[in-house]
Formats: sequence, C-alpha cells, structure tokens
Amino acid sequence: MESTLKADEKYRKNPDGIISILENVQRKYGYLPKKVLETVANETGSSLVDIYGIATFYKYFSLKPRGEHLISVCLGTACHVRQAPLIVKEFENQLKIRAGETTVDKQFSLETVNCLGACARGPIVVVDGHYFSNVNKAQVSQILKKTRYGLDRIDIKKDERIFPVKLRCTNCNHSLLDPNYLIDDYPSVRLTISFGRKHGWLRLSSLWGSYNNESEYDIPVDTIVNFFCPHCHDELIGASSCPSCNAPMIPMIIYGGGLVQICSRRGCKNHMIDLINGICVNCENRHTCSFIKPEGGVWYCEEYI
Amino acid sequence: MITLQINGLQVKVEKGTTLLEVAKFLGFPIPTLCHMEGLSPYGACRLCVVEIGERSNAKLVSSCTYLAEEGLKVRTASARVVKARKMIIELLLASSPQSKTIQDLAAAYEIRQQRFKQEYEDCILCGLCVRMCEEQMMAKAIGFRGRGENRSIGTPFDVQAEACRLCGGCMYVCPVCSLRCTYNEPEKAICGACTNLSPPCLDKEQFDDMMCYMDPCVACEITKD
Ligand code: SF4
Ligand code: SF4
Ligand code: FES
Repeated sequence: MESTLKADEKYRKNPDGIISILENVQRKYGYLPKKVLETVANETGSSLVDIYGIATFYKYFSLKPRGEHLISVCLGTACHVRQAPLIVKEFENQLKIRAGETTVDKQFSLETVNCLGACARGPIVVVDGHYFSNVNKAQVSQILKKTRYGLDRIDIKKDERIFPVKLRCTNCNHSLLDPNYLIDDYPSVRLTISFGRKHGWLRLSSLWGSYNNESEYDIPVDTIVNFFCPHCHDELIGASSCPSCNAPMIPMIIYGGGLVQICSRRGCKNHMIDLINGICVNCENRHTCSFIKPEGGVWYCEEYI
Repeated sequence: MITLQINGLQVKVEKGTTLLEVAKFLGFPIPTLCHMEGLSPYGACRLCVVEIGERSNAKLVSSCTYLAEEGLKVRTASARVVKARKMIIELLLASSPQSKTIQDLAAAYEIRQQRFKQEYEDCILCGLCVRMCEEQMMAKAIGFRGRGENRSIGTPFDVQAEACRLCGGCMYVCPVCSLRCTYNEPEKAICGACTNLSPPCLDKEQFDDMMCYMDPCVACEITKD
C-alpha cells in the first residue's frame, strides 16, 4: 500500500487526484478493499466519506472482489425492449446470484450495463470481451458452458516443477490466456504492447519459469515496453519497480489468488510472485527457501529460473 | 453595489448576495427546503425557483444559488414560478408523503393530491444533513453514495463512522426523515445515534453545547451530576 501511495505522490495535493489513486488501487487489487480506502483517506487527508462517495459513484470501481469471468448483460433501451431483462433473470437463476454479485466459487460476476453500442444486434451479452448477439433465454446455459469449457481445458499439472499459471487482467479481470495460440503446448498469455512507435501483440508462455515468447515486432534488448490488456485496453502497470533494473513491474492476477509481476524490460528476467496467496503456498521449499524476501511479502522465486 | 429589480421594486445590494437573501430582506416569501443559514447553498430541491429575464429570455433559476446581477429583473411569484413550484411540491409529496415539512408546504400551496406514483422514500437527497455534518459539526461522517436512483445518504460501508460524534445535527436539520432516528428501524438510521445506548459524548471528544443537538440526552444528565 505504501508503495502505491508513494507512486501517487503527484496526486496527493490535488483533490481530483483521488480518482487516479483509486484507479491504481483497483488495478493492483482488482477491487477496492476497505482497509486500503481507509489508508488512502489517512494518507491524503481527505475524508473516508468523500472517497467512498467517489468509489460508489463510478461503475468502474468495485468494492467487492470480482469473479474470474465477467458477464455483462446490456439493458440499454434497444436490448431492454427485446427482453434483455429476461436474460438477466435467466443468468441470475442459473448462477444463483443477483446482478452485481459474484458466485461463491469466484468464477462468475454478473453485471448489467446501459448500452454497449451494438443495439441493432441486441440483446447483447459480453463475457470476458466476447460478444454474444441476439441472445435468447435458451442460449444462456450455452454461454455459461462455453465460458466454463474454455477454462477447463487449461488444467494445472500439479506435480511438475514447471506448471502453467492462469493469469488475468488486474483491471478488468478478464482472462489473458489465449487458447487459440499455444506456446509450450499451453494457451499463451496474450498482451498488447507498445514501444517506440510500434504497437502490437505479445504472447508469453503461461508456464511459470519458461521465457518463451512471441511477438508481432522484434523488441530490441533493453527496451522498456508498455503492456496493455487486450480486453479493456487499460495499461497494466503496478506500483513497484524491478529490483535489479528498476524498470516498472507489470502485475497480473493469478487465478486462485496472488499476483505475478514481470519486469517490463526486454531481456530482464525478473519475475515476482505474491507469496501470500500465490504459488509459493504450494511449494515444498517455502519454509527452507533462502531467496530474498523483501518487505511486502514478495518472494523472488528463482527456483524455476 | 449592485442595483436590481425584484417584483418591480428597485434595490441596491452588496455584490455576492443571493436572490433569496434579497427577496427575504424585502419580505417576499420564497419557500425553501435545502437551504439553511450557516450552510453553503446547494440548490438541490429547486423549490426556491424565481423567474429572471424578460419575455423569450425569461428563465427559472434557483434563488438560493443565484447571485444578484446588475439590472436583473426578478419575479418571485409569477404564474410560471408558481406552476413550477407546485409541480415540485407534488413530486416531493410523491417521494416523501410523510414529511410534516412537505405536507405544510403542500397545504400552503393548496395541493391536496399528487398525480405520480406514490413512493415512501424517507430521503429527498436535499443534502442538508451532509452539509450540517461537515460545515457545522466538523465531522464529515456522512455523505452521498452511489448515483442515479441508487443515490443515498449514509456512512462509508454502512457502519457507524468513527468521525461521527453522535451530535444529532443531521437529524435535527432533516426536513423529511424524522422517521430516520426511530430506533425501531435501525437500518434507516443515518448515524445510528439513537440506536446507541451508551451516552455518546462520554467517550467521544468533548465539544461545547452549541455543537450538540441531542436534547434530551442521557449524557447531559450524567455529566451534570
Ligand atoms: S450525529 Fe454524526 S453524522 Fe450526524 S451531524 Fe453529528 S457527527 Fe454528523
Ligand atoms: S437525510 Fe434528510 S437532510 Fe439528509 S439529504 Fe435526506 S432528506 Fe435531506
Ligand atoms: S432552497 Fe434553493 S434549491 Fe433548495
């Protein structure tokens, strides 16, 4: 938390800066935890009630952790008259949650939105960036099935020292895995990157410890690259910087909890993984492991490098 | 000094005076709801509308937030103003029929019925309590949350705010929700003061009598002895 605020030093004095601070918090945690909001209030000197007011005003902010898959059902006028409310009901019944809630297993979050700009093809449902048009009630279960299936194909091999991690965007929570593009025989992690004037895709191996990657453009060694989520197009940027080369670290959420951070400099192989809920939890060596454990509960797990 | 005309009467006022203050000074009645002396003007209820300008340029503005301008012509009770005010009162009645303040307003404007879907909201979002808490009680314990139809007043995360001194100021200024401090519906209470059985100011920072609206209050009885 401290580091988040430090990075936000420039916003401190300006009350309008609160939104930027909250954006960063949401990026880091995927939602706005109560504790962090209290810290923000203390550190910035604004009152909690104002911060809470902002956090509840914008739909972008969430006070609850979101699920892995985000289902947005459009309730704009055109979709509304084409029975979109029935579709929301159907989702609610099948997922056993209400709109705005997340399933207990943290798989699905359901929300309604007001217009997705595709009125002619309504009712529209968007799941993790995939559009489904002319949706009717019967299709709801298919949509859920497809979403689940996409996941189940990515099975974690438990016993191997090298294993795939399922990553999602810290900002919109969409899965970053691309099942249609394999690297090391596993779905790759798809990101959008930009450096210099180039803007294109980058696909990383989802295997923890593998550095195989492919990209649209060759990235010269030592370049610091900006990373973006291919779904929400928001920049993936954390508050911490690489301990060896000082370039910004790029955070991604691990399904199941925890945070992976990779160094944004081409050629630097620093990975960090959040100890608390992350992979280290299941590592046999976690108690004897002698790698550096700096503040904030982050280990540089070099065992796999 | 600024010269303006209000209901045909010429007046000179200081710069920065609101139309409401001018009208009050001259004795023209303008009903208000979200306005209170000592709190910053907010312009939420629109009850204080007056008409300014002439003919095709005439428009309705809220007098509590509109500052006097040189040569302005103000009408505080033209047919258009009265019509708009009546409509606003009807809408207020539709949302909070149980408020004594709003009932009185309706009676004064001879409104016996309203034409909208009846709702039983307790809050009209006039913001008086929020401003009271921040500007007079220096607490900033409650505020607006959410937006659109989900907008509501309350504390962050719906738990009693640490900043709240339980002074009761918010309930004192509220024009509608005298219901709000009934402890039989604690979920509707803003600050939870009335549901709190331990005398408030005993374990909170002490402020002088001017900063408390809890009357009668157990704490006073205890500290007096
Ligand atoms: S009782 Fe609490 S919330 Fe109400 S005005 Fe006093 S300090 Fe503010
Ligand atoms: S609670 Fe009462 S004073 Fe506060 S905004 Fe609502 S109506 Fe106004
Ligand atoms: S008193 Fe002027 S808008 Fe409410």
